[in-house]
Formats: sequence, C-alpha cells, structure tokens
Amino acid sequence: MFAVLSPRFRSIENVQNMVDAAAVLAVVTCGITFVLLMGSIDLSAAGVMGASALTVSLLVANNRNDNDLGLLGIGVAVLLGCAFGCLSGLALVLLKVPSFMATLGVSAAGLGVATLMFAGVQPNVSDAMLKGWAIERFLGLSYLTWIAATCILVGWLLQRYTRLGRYAFAIGGAEEVLALSGVRVKPYKVAVFAVAGAFYGLAGVMVTSQLGAGLVQAGSGYDFSAITAAVVGGTLLTGGRGGVLHSAVGVLLVVVLTNGLVQIGVSPYWQGGVEGLIVVAAVAAAVIPQRRRNQVVK
Amino acid sequence: MSVPASTPALEVRGLVKHYPGVTALDGVDLVVRQHEVLGLVGENGAGKSTLLKALVGLVVPDAGEIRVRGEAVKLRSVVDAADHGIGMVFQEQSLVPNLTAAENILLGGEGPGVRRGVYRWDAMRRLAQEQLDKIGSNIDPLVRTDALSFADRQMVEIAKVLRIEQRSQHPPVIVLDEPTSVLEAKEIETLFAQIRRLREFASVVFVSHRLDEVLEVCDRVAVLRNGQSVGELAAAGAVPRELHRMMIGSTGSDDHYHENAAAVVESERPRLTVRGLSGTSFQDVDLDVAAGEIVAIVGVHGSGREDVCRALFGAEPVTAGEIRMDGKKINISGTRAACAAGIGYVPAERKTEGMVGPMSVAENMTLAKQRSRCAGPFVAPGKQAAVVDRWIDRLCIRTPGRDTPIQRLSGGNQQKVVLARWLVDGDIRLLLLDHPTRGLDIGARSEVYRLMRELAASGVATVLLADSLEEAIGMADRILVMNDGRVVSEVACPAGGKPSPLDLVKEMV
Repeated sequence: MFAVLSPRFRSIENVQNMVDAAAVLAVVTCGITFVLLMGSIDLSAAGVMGASALTVSLLVANNRNDNDLGLLGIGVAVLLGCAFGCLSGLALVLLKVPSFMATLGVSAAGLGVATLMFAGVQPNVSDAMLKGWAIERFLGLSYLTWIAATCILVGWLLQRYTRLGRYAFAIGGAEEVLALSGVRVKPYKVAVFAVAGAFYGLAGVMVTSQLGAGLVQAGSGYDFSAITAAVVGGTLLTGGRGGVLHSAVGVLLVVVLTNGLVQIGVSPYWQGGVEGLIVVAAVAAAVIPQRRRNQVVK
Repeated sequence: MSVPASTPALEVRGLVKHYPGVTALDGVDLVVRQHEVLGLVGENGAGKSTLLKALVGLVVPDAGEIRVRGEAVKLRSVVDAADHGIGMVFQEQSLVPNLTAAENILLGGEGPGVRRGVYRWDAMRRLAQEQLDKIGSNIDPLVRTDALSFADRQMVEIAKVLRIEQRSQHPPVIVLDEPTSVLEAKEIETLFAQIRRLREFASVVFVSHRLDEVLEVCDRVAVLRNGQSVGELAAAGAVPRELHRMMIGSTGSDDHYHENAAAVVESERPRLTVRGLSGTSFQDVDLDVAAGEIVAIVGVHGSGREDVCRALFGAEPVTAGEIRMDGKKINISGTRAACAAGIGYVPAERKTEGMVGPMSVAENMTLAKQRSRCAGPFVAPGKQAAVVDRWIDRLCIRTPGRDTPIQRLSGGNQQKVVLARWLVDGDIRLLLLDHPTRGLDIGARSEVYRLMRELAASGVATVLLADSLEEAIGMADRILVMNDGRVVSEVACPAGGKPSPLDLVKEMV
C-alpha cells in the first residue's frame, strides 16, 4: 500500500534505511519477548537503556574522562543491564511485586542512575569502533543491523534449545504444572528478566553508537514500541505463545508502518498515536478467539 | 534392601486434617498392597481428594502417619512423594499445553536430555519414547501436547508419572484421580488395559465415582465417609449396591433433608417455563418449575447442566430458545436482566464467584441491587444495617457482627450470606442453586436444606444442581436427568415415593 502511495518507499535505500532503523528495536523486542512468554510484562527497557548508554559512553573514549576501555566498556554496560533485569526478577519472586510495577520501578531507578552519571555534561563518544558500528556497512547493512540479526539468532537458540527458554514457555503455559512436577520456578523467572536486561543493555550501547553521545533518554519510547512489535508479531501478553521469530516479524511490520507513514507525508506527531492504536487493536484481535462473556479482565 | 512381599506398598494410619470449619480427614486408615489395584470411593466431601493430596505431599496432615513399604515418611512436596515412589495423575490434567509431549514427560527431570541447560532434542525424544514404550503408546514424543486428544494426553500423563520409577528402586505407587470422567467407552477400555499392565510393576490407587468401573478394574475397594474409613471389600463378586450402601451409610431414620417440611407445589402456577433452550454445550432443553417447587438437574461432568443453570442467569450465551417467567416472555440478555426478573444465582465456586472475601458480611449480603438501599450515589448505612441485621437474625448466621469480613466465617455461614443476598429485596421468584452445599459439613448442609424448604414454602421456585445424587433425591420434587447436553428423562420425586440413586445413574451414563 505504501509502495503505491510513495515511489520512494520502494527504493533500495529506503529498504536499507528501514532495516537499519529496526536494529535497536529488534534487540529490545528480543529481550522483552522472553518476559512476555512467561506472561509477565517488562516496562524497564527505557530506564535500563538510559543507564547503559551513559555507562558505555563514560567507559569508552569520550570527552568527559580518560577512560578508553573499548569492548570491555560495552561488556560492562551489557552486564549492568543484566543486573537491572535481575533486580526486576528478584522484586517479582521475592517481594511478590507484580512485574509491571517492579519493572516500572527499575526503569525509574535506571533513569536515576543515568541522570547521576550524566551530571549536567553530555559525554560525547570519540571511540572509533563504537561510532563505526552505526556508520560502516557490511553487505549493504550497518554493523548495528548485523548485531541485531545475531541477537535474534541467539534469542531463537535460547528459546529453542535451552532450558531457560523452554521453561519461559512452560511458565507462560501452565506455571502450576511446573511446580507440581518439582521444578523450582523462581530462579528461571529471575534469569529470564536478567537475560532481557542484558538485551536492553546492548540496545542502550547501540543507541549510543547511533547518537555518538550518551543520553539519559536513549531508550525513551522503546519499551512501548517493543511491546507493540511483540504483540503485532503474535506473542501473546498472556504468555505461552509466540517467540523471538514472531517478534522479529512484528518489529519489521512496525518499522515498515512507521516509515511508510513518514514517506506518504503523515506528520511524525501522529505516529505515537497510531502506534498506540495498533497495539490495542492487535491485543484485541489476539483475544477474540478466547473471548467469553463475563470474563474478568484486569 | 529388599522388602518382604507381604509388607504393604503404602499404609496410612489415623490421618487427620482440619480445615477452618471442616474436618476433611478424621482418622483415615488405608492399606495399599504391592501389585494391587485399590479402588477408593466415597461421596463428595468424604475426604477423598484431601487424602490423595496428603499422599503426594500437597497437603500436610495434622496427625497420623504415612508408611511407605513399612517405613514412616513425611511428605512435604510432590518431589518428596516422588522420591518415595508415589506419583499421581491429576483429575484436571497437569500438562503444559504449549510444550511437546517429550518435554512434559521429562519435565523437571530431563537428565541426559538437557546438558548444561542446553536441550538435546534427540536424547529428549529417546528418553520420552522409553517412557511411552512402557505403556505401549505410539504417540509422537515431539508433538505439541495441545494437539493431542484428551485420552492421549492422559497417556502422556501416565508416562510422566512412571518416571518416578527412576527416583526410587522400589515398585511405584500410582494414584489415578477420576481418570475416566471425561473418556469415551473405548478409551476407558484402553485405560483399564493400561491399569492392569501397571499392576505388573506397580501398585495403583484408582479413584472414581463410577462404581461399576471401580469393581471392574480393582482388586479391592476401600470406602470413605465423612473423613473416615468405613470399610473395604474384595471387588470380585461385589455389586455396586453394596458399595453404595457403605458410601452413604444408614441415613434412613433422621430426616436429613427436612422432607416433612416440603412445600406444597402450586403446579397450576408455572413460575419458569423454558422451551428449546440451546447454547454451546446444551441443546433443546425444556424445563418447567412451578412456584414452590424444587427441581434438581442431575448428570455427570460434561452433561451441560451447569451451563444451563448459568444460561438461565444470563452468564452463558444462548443461541436459541424461549424463557418465560410467570407466563411472561423475558429476554435474559445478561446477569443484570436476570436480577431484574427476580432470578437469583448461587454459584458453585463460593470463594471466587459467590463472595468478595475481604468485604464485610453486610456488603456481601447487599451486593446485588444496591440501589434500593442508596440515597443518591451513596449507600445509606442506616437502611443497609437494618436490613442486614434482620437477615443475620432470620437465617441464624453466626458472625461476630455485620462488619466482619465474610472470609472469617465458616463455609456454612458464608453460604447463608450468599443466599441472603437474593432474599433481602423480597422480590426473588426463582433461585438457581449451583452446588449450594459444596464443601459444607453435615450440620451446615442441614441448615441450608432447611432454608431451601422455607423459601420453597414461601413460593420461590428453585432449580438445584445437587452435590450428590442423594441430595438431589432428598431435596427435589422432580428430577431432570441430563446427558451430553440434552434432557434425557424426567423422574417424579415426591416425599414418600423417592427413586433410588441407581435408577438415576442408569440414565446418566
């Protein structure tokens, strides 16, 4: 439809643009998919990405301090994301805080940490490798896109071949059965949130690479977009159905839609609203087969 | 370590379990011999499910002991039970629907199927196949569980339970909780063949409501009543009638169901007339209830009677049919319309559907049609208190006060509050009672029965889904039998001319 309305939409460059634009969202969605599979929800992406963006920009070569840790700095940022995810998971299983509240809190904590590190002066990245990720291309696609593709592959392997991934499915399918089979569910829940956090941490690094600077708002809006993408791709919010590949398709759909709207001249101010409507419509469509009268929805 | 063949595989001595307001187990004894199929029967509320839960560690008993092959054990979890070789096939199937059969069979004990957290699908398939081979099943281990039929899923579940063999060196004890309730006749035959096969290397406890089945497949049958063991008999040569007498005991003399208080049915005043009612799980149901009449609907699980009841209250969609109240056609589009028509519904799941646990007795009692006790948008506390106190008094509800949270009351008193909800406005014409005595002890049941009689005497029509056949026979003036979504027969049930439970069972299955 967009291809008919705008000839530019069809161009090779635009396809490259779209795929590149999808890279960060794909990584975030990959992480959030595991949480959604369990039937939990994760709203911590924005905060975790902010903290990770600041961390990485202050650890690699930058204009604020003399650090030049390179890959090690990136690793630390990813681990930080992992730690934040752990925190969400522990709050869920130990303090019995519902996941939406626990992760919302962790997001706020992440933004707080990011703001402290920002300290009023924007750290500009001068590390050539990190900046190169967003610019240099391999087979026509940016390095970031290849990183995202690798993440999707890793996510798929996790989901298909590891106990962590399979139990995430099982927890979303019938958690009490796991308990009746003598499986200790809590460690797996924490681990799933930690894995998701690591993905957000990496996404924060990727945004920093794109912007060339560490910003507190690096992850702003990604939490919601990732849920939209996962749901559009067919991962149910009630858990147990869908998966990483579903979500990857969802990411492409959402990005194509956003890009298409820009190409046919829709004001960017409209896009947030459109995205909101899409997620509600997608969720409504997904529950139509299960809808019964008098079913209570909270 | 070898155990003499005469030592029971499992022995239960004086098991006691109290719940608030109810004694579920009152000193139960049970012996399961090696390589035997033991039947366990009892009415609803006799304590079967609590006993089974105690056997697999889901319930920790207050007193008494469980011995496995002569050795006293404490079972605190399903894993404990499995370590001692006790496993259970649950009534509601306990499989994860979105995993493969292999994963379900090996769940929690994948062994070499998972190395360092990474799945070896080949090994998973092989291990699962070994379990399935034991029971001679040809299910593909890598098929998703929700794609299997109910009977196949049950086989997966048995294969899963048999895995406990690897945890203990002794022959396992397998508990089957009502495994036949939703199976077809042919599938039941397959299951029975399976049970006989299990006997070769295990002991089996078989729980069922269908007495003929119990006698067919079991070697010995133990009977529970009111949380106590009331006897056992060898299955060979026994007839269902004998078992049945043991289950219900001799209740002949005392008027448990207050039959002498039965209301005069004003049959010339049909209160509810239903013609051709159809919905998703029931078809073409005709139903008449006169003022003052109690009509019970009986049927096995899946007969559709619960859905008919909910449909009459507008809580279940209806595709065709006509409902008349006092001769006037009404359209029950939802629960609001049903309330407005003077219909009240007491749901089977009291704790989740019947009441709001943390809210007070007063609030629970006045939950429906609150408007009549309101001044503008606000609840008028004076009006409410007066009404509530009057009904607490009239129904003898034992509560510290009207502001006590309802969850602190005993089950019987909770149920009276739920019933009172429909009485406070004085405009009730039809009561739908879905298992109104579920989980209540004998005394509380009797009070609910008395209340039902009083309401009938005041001209209220009642549709009753009874907890047991005896209850249906005891309370009802007329009984409809439902089978597979249709009303298959109607039995008059007047005081002094009651049918026997076996007459009804014949129609039900």
